[in-house]
Amino acid sequence: MTGVAAEPGPAAVLVGDRPAAPRARATLARAGWLVASLLVVCALWEAYKLVGPADGGSVLGARLLPRSDDASMPHVWQVLERFGRPESAAGDSSSVLVAVLEAVWFTFRVAMAGLLLGVLVGIGLGVLMDRFTVAERGLLPYVVLSQTVPLVALAPLVVGWGGRLQIGDVTWRPWMSVAVIAGYLAFFPVAVGTLRGLRSPAAHSVELMRSFNASWRQSLLRLKLPASVPYLVPALRLAAASAVVGAIVAEISTGIRGGIGRLVIEYSREATSDPAKVWTAFTGAALLGLVVAGLVSLLDGALARYRPAGGQA
Amino acid sequence: MIELAGIGKTFRGRTDVVALTGIDLTVAAGEFVTFIGPSGCGKSTLLRVVADLTDPTAGTVTVNGKTARQARLDQDYGIAFQQSGLMDWRTVARNVELPLELRGWDRRRRRDRALELLELVGLAEFAGSRPAELSGGMQQRVAIARALATDPKLLLMDEPFGALDEMTRERLQAELTRIARESGTTVAFVTHSIPEAVYLSDRVVVMSARPGRIAAVVDVGLGERTDDTREAPEFFARVTEVREALRGRTVVRAEER
Amino acid sequence: MNTRAARIGLPVLAGVLFLLGWELLVVANDIKPYLLPKPSAIWAQLTRNIDDILTTSARTGTNALVGLVVGAVAGILAALVASRFRVVDSLLVPLAAAVNAMPIIALAPIFNTMFSTTSAVPRRLVVTLVVFFPLFVNALRGLRQVEPIHRELLDSYAAGGWTFARKVRVPGALPFVFTGLRLAASLAVIAAVVAEYFGGLQNGLGTRITSAASNTAYPRAWAYVAAACALGLVFYLAATALERLATPWRTSR
Repeated sequence: MTGVAAEPGPAAVLVGDRPAAPRARATLARAGWLVASLLVVCALWEAYKLVGPADGGSVLGARLLPRSDDASMPHVWQVLERFGRPESAAGDSSSVLVAVLEAVWFTFRVAMAGLLLGVLVGIGLGVLMDRFTVAERGLLPYVVLSQTVPLVALAPLVVGWGGRLQIGDVTWRPWMSVAVIAGYLAFFPVAVGTLRGLRSPAAHSVELMRSFNASWRQSLLRLKLPASVPYLVPALRLAAASAVVGAIVAEISTGIRGGIGRLVIEYSREATSDPAKVWTAFTGAALLGLVVAGLVSLLDGALARYRPAGGQA
Repeated sequence: MIELAGIGKTFRGRTDVVALTGIDLTVAAGEFVTFIGPSGCGKSTLLRVVADLTDPTAGTVTVNGKTARQARLDQDYGIAFQQSGLMDWRTVARNVELPLELRGWDRRRRRDRALELLELVGLAEFAGSRPAELSGGMQQRVAIARALATDPKLLLMDEPFGALDEMTRERLQAELTRIARESGTTVAFVTHSIPEAVYLSDRVVVMSARPGRIAAVVDVGLGERTDDTREAPEFFARVTEVREALRGRTVVRAEER
Repeated sequence: MNTRAARIGLPVLAGVLFLLGWELLVVANDIKPYLLPKPSAIWAQLTRNIDDILTTSARTGTNALVGLVVGAVAGILAALVASRFRVVDSLLVPLAAAVNAMPIIALAPIFNTMFSTTSAVPRRLVVTLVVFFPLFVNALRGLRQVEPIHRELLDSYAAGGWTFARKVRVPGALPFVFTGLRLAASLAVIAAVVAEYFGGLQNGLGTRITSAASNTAYPRAWAYVAAACALGLVFYLAATALERLATPWRTSR
């Protein structure tokens, strides 16, 4: 337990190629447990359907128990089976599976556009705040504040822009509003993560760069950005999840069609006659979240060499 | 007070690591014994074996006439580590009170005892402070006060001054010898500082690494420690003797033979 | 002195400049309210509808609070169980990671059909679910994060598992729990407002925002958004105050 080994210098941040095999095995084990836990959730669902009151129930005078009849809580297999059947009674309608996947793809693209926007703005803000103390002092409280307040509530308002706003030759399209909301939700973790990451190199590393007479840009590119990777990846994970939520909420409040959020609302209107359908849409939304999270994990793997040796950021 | 017979400790893994082998040692009541050796010689492991924080893979440990486990269950020893291990969420006094609390002492009594001990280590005025407000040396003194709280007959110390600066270190060494002498406590002390070992102890146990075993035992015999002890020729002679023992050589004591 | 003035003064200055710039931008470019109303117009709506804003805020705030308390208690209990039983840990941790990546909010319309639409339970349930996972994850991290030296120390005192939990594990986990709670407090308000966009009872801040927006009463919609922001702030500040109260050793540094 000597203090020397515990001090992560810039070199310690850059090494740390861990053997890939144990990592892969751990990921596989986690996936296995996830499947198991989902099965447990499904089992609990079915168990409640068996014992729960069909018409809902009260606990201590409050109606806390959900209705357990098939119209309110469809069987798990009914949901799975619903994927395979056509979306509507009309003869040429495609299957629900296709409809859900198309909607997921639509929302995925919008969420990615928003994420990109949010990441660019977030990193920009982070670098700005790192460079200028005045910017940090003036902006950071608002950046933090913006997270404590439900500015997503703005979604129905940004929607009004659709089709009416003209920037140069580009007409503002409704999906752009959705992407802006998604980006708005995504920028915060990135901005804060960037700032913390850029500040993370030890004082002696910064002094070393200064002794080399390195310019601000050189020390940003060679020291500060690589050192901030362990902070950026978790930030990105949060940002990606937020972008998905933002895109879905924005779709719902904008009423634009084609996305998975909209599909959840549309299918939920048919819930009384076709209860399994809305669950297919939610499954699609959940899948979207997982896919986006998976992409971030891939990126994380690609940036593994920037992770501090032996530790997780 | 401590009897070690044929102690061995092997850490099982892909390749087994022999941390300790064939350790035989007896520490008498009231004696101050220091363990010194290079990194990886198993001196900390040996202390943990005595404390029953880890089991030996060979040999027997007797502490205060009982098994090490029984001695731990009876709370026959107090322990201090290289880090103070103070709990951030407790005040300084409440940190010292912790072992008393676990023994079921009532609030009044343990508060009085904690203040008494903080007086002893010169930190009475910090009783209500948080550990984070104290310097490293002060935190270590609190940890020593905590180790002494139950008035144990045996004190086990694992490099408690390792992270401190030299001046603080020497002051705490003087305090520790005074406390040990006044209370008649037996002390087993692990260090990697030669002057510290010589200054503190009646006997220095020199260990060698890979596998960890006792290389030599040096009788110090410097009598009562004062500020002048560190500058006495006998002190330097003992330091040389320990250093040579660490290098695997023995020195003939001129004044004795 | 100087730094203190700067710490408070700069954000205030930035805020004032921001509002002024906003007002000027709207007036100078003749920006239509559907794009961006003037701050002065929003303020006017805010004062005019103050009674309704307060009652709707109270309803949405209650939903958020109930969900927050239930979700937080459940999350902490689950973390305690998971820290004790390996199987629960293995099952819940990957699930928590997965659920964190999912848009839980989208469950709101589904819950609406599972309960009656005249019930506040569905949105409280959404808040509960949204709150549960950050608290679970943070509390579990705190419960697991035990310094080895504290473990050895308590072993040397021959302390049992229960004593260890009481003296070391739980107090050590408190800062993590409160970090989770601070995060969750904001999330609870956001979820409570947004859940109202998905139908159900028409009595909260969220429904007022959508109905004002669909009536093209944009300044009024923005006024309700401002109220939602204020509500979020109240929750956040309350959680921060609670954190300071419960973990005084962390702020005394």
